[in-house]
Amino acid sequence: MSDLLRLATAGSVDDGKSTLVGRLLYDTKSVLADTLDAVHRASADRGLTTPDLSLLVDGLRSEREQGITIDVAYRYFATPKRSFVLADTPGHVQYTRNTVTGASTAQLGVLLVDARKGVIEQTRRHAAVLALLGVPRLVLAVNKIDLVDFDEVTFSRIAKEFTAHATALGYAEDAVVEIPVSALAGDNVVERSTRTPWYDGPTLLEHLESVPVDADAHDAPFRFPVQYVIRPRTPEHPDYRGYAGQVAAGTVRVGDEIAVLPAGLRSAVTGIDTADGPLQEAAAGQSVTLLLAHDLDISRGDLIATAAQPPTVTDEFEATVCWLSEKALTPGARVLVKHGTRTVQAIVTELRTRFDEQKLASTEAPDSLSLNEIGQVAVRTAEPIPVDDYTKDRRTGAFLVIDAADGSTLAAGLVGAPLPEVDGVDSCTEGGDAALPDTHALVSPGP
Amino acid sequence: MTTATALDTLGRLESEAIHIFREVAGEFDRPVILFSGGKDSTLLLHLAVKAFWPAPVPFPLLHVDTGHNFEEVIEFRDKVVAQHGLRLEVAKVQDYIDDGRLAERPDGTRNPLQTVPLLDAITNHKFDAVFGGGRRDEERARAKERIFSLRNAFGQWEPRRQRPELWNLYNGRHRPGEHVRVFPLSNWTELDVWHYIAREGIELPSIYYAHRREVYLRDGMWLAEGPWGGPRDGEEKVEKTVRYRTVGDGSCTGAVESDAADISAVIAEVAASRLTERGATRADDRLSEAAMEDRKREGYF
Repeated sequence: MSDLLRLATAGSVDDGKSTLVGRLLYDTKSVLADTLDAVHRASADRGLTTPDLSLLVDGLRSEREQGITIDVAYRYFATPKRSFVLADTPGHVQYTRNTVTGASTAQLGVLLVDARKGVIEQTRRHAAVLALLGVPRLVLAVNKIDLVDFDEVTFSRIAKEFTAHATALGYAEDAVVEIPVSALAGDNVVERSTRTPWYDGPTLLEHLESVPVDADAHDAPFRFPVQYVIRPRTPEHPDYRGYAGQVAAGTVRVGDEIAVLPAGLRSAVTGIDTADGPLQEAAAGQSVTLLLAHDLDISRGDLIATAAQPPTVTDEFEATVCWLSEKALTPGARVLVKHGTRTVQAIVTELRTRFDEQKLASTEAPDSLSLNEIGQVAVRTAEPIPVDDYTKDRRTGAFLVIDAADGSTLAAGLVGAPLPEVDGVDSCTEGGDAALPDTHALVSPGP
Repeated sequence: MTTATALDTLGRLESEAIHIFREVAGEFDRPVILFSGGKDSTLLLHLAVKAFWPAPVPFPLLHVDTGHNFEEVIEFRDKVVAQHGLRLEVAKVQDYIDDGRLAERPDGTRNPLQTVPLLDAITNHKFDAVFGGGRRDEERARAKERIFSLRNAFGQWEPRRQRPELWNLYNGRHRPGEHVRVFPLSNWTELDVWHYIAREGIELPSIYYAHRREVYLRDGMWLAEGPWGGPRDGEEKVEKTVRYRTVGDGSCTGAVESDAADISAVIAEVAASRLTERGATRADDRLSEAAMEDRKREGYF
């Protein structure tokens, strides 16, 4: 079992998310005395009689003043069973932007609802974004259960509705868990509540400690974006030439046949180096340096991949973008695409659909995509790049859209069309597999 | 399939930091590592060495020297620099005070005075990426910090204008005059740092381990006498067994009473501690509820 779980929380305003996160930190004794003193003082300053646990989380002056969370914050806590990295994503302004950021690296999403309100539109939207970004598992914390008198029927109704929504998004039933909690009072967050005798599932923390963590994609086809060429040119290493990078997917072994893309060159791995000594194999997540049999022209931006199953190399592909900028996207926009370690010029040639966040429906051929909108687009790049479908590989299927003029990040890009259908609304016209059009494949350095 | 190569938490953190170093080496022209000889910057340098092995670290080091140093730390700093054959730039707060560009604060602390020499060094050397040892678990304003943190031409952190940081695709593009602060230890906790130092056998300045020292109590912190001053009236010097959890400007870095003389004792102590390392030992963070946020907005580390 992995000893590290990365999770992201999402909820709408006033669901009590900061309080829940504060409660998790507080009850796992992750908050040290001086921090707690500061919260007690600040709570008293605000005229509160009990400590406001959300003050543990809301780190910026304006957040504390407004009583809201503005930006994604990262929290670290550990129990004897696991370490946790928690991305706390705010639920109101720019919610998609923040949820997308938190979800991009999460292995589990924790959504919050107010038991009095149940599953609302924003819950569905957040779940859709988590599904889109490929977060493997969801938890719904049905908060403020004390305010509905710990009513089992209310909880069951919400749980059933949420499971139905999540399965429609493509989640298996066992990947989704609902838990009745009161973040304010602490029921079922860390301590089991005596006030929900009808609930026999895990507390939130028990679930976080025991949920299976989907391992890195060790079995996926090997992918290795070259970050840097290491050439010491020192007396001890006059001719050393190694390709430094982090294995993005799969496993590589000494002797493996590889392809260097986009050029389509072939070679074999003769060594896997680290500062701690050579390895026989390296798997997804490891930072290593590869030595190859041939002296090839390889530099930062190239992708080393298994020769047996290389990615598609193309200069035209379909993608889903989550637009994160106040500057709207219009057809024909010239942008930069950062994929792996390569940044190329690109044109968004076509806007195909816009997934309307408010209506949970999609529009064909929209004029533009605005902040927080998600849509399917066609992209043409100035040079071919090796891409995988995002649903197959979260690392090599992801890219950034960058403003060439001011360098800002405009969008999160996902190769293919992984946007699920929501509530029967025909949100993506393309098939589930969203194949890269074969006609555009330039190089296929297969066997 | 589970392979023998599955990474544990420290392995993941190390791999992430190495990835970050290599991204910066690949995308920036003039990076620099902030290096004081303290534990976080020593760890940073250790990871940089691993990232580029067997080649030397392709960046110089920069120390913003408050002049209020612990001797052991400066000796250690110089030893490590020589050992790795690196170039060390030193920006001295004292020079700024001597020629009047900065004035000594009434409380005598010089940590906040580091910002101007730091920004000048960045401008003069045209550094475009500046590695720092900051961790998100240190302080709640830091919890909002990105791994690649864009700073404007005045070195300022603008929390509302931060770029979303997606997957491990870091966007380091910046305009002339702007630079990027890079925090490879963002996801480490204090305990991770100590566990890793133990695992890798990384040497640290001796003051991180328990030793006898003459100290005096001020605002609940054990301060040591030095060129920055000593006890005031009513503050009594006593000899105690102490160690430092953080090392900064001598005038505002407090020692903690501790018998932890080796690394396993330190790990046990940190794990059991009920105080954060900054809360326990840094007077500069106690100035206000948003002390760190305000300093970061001004261009602090």
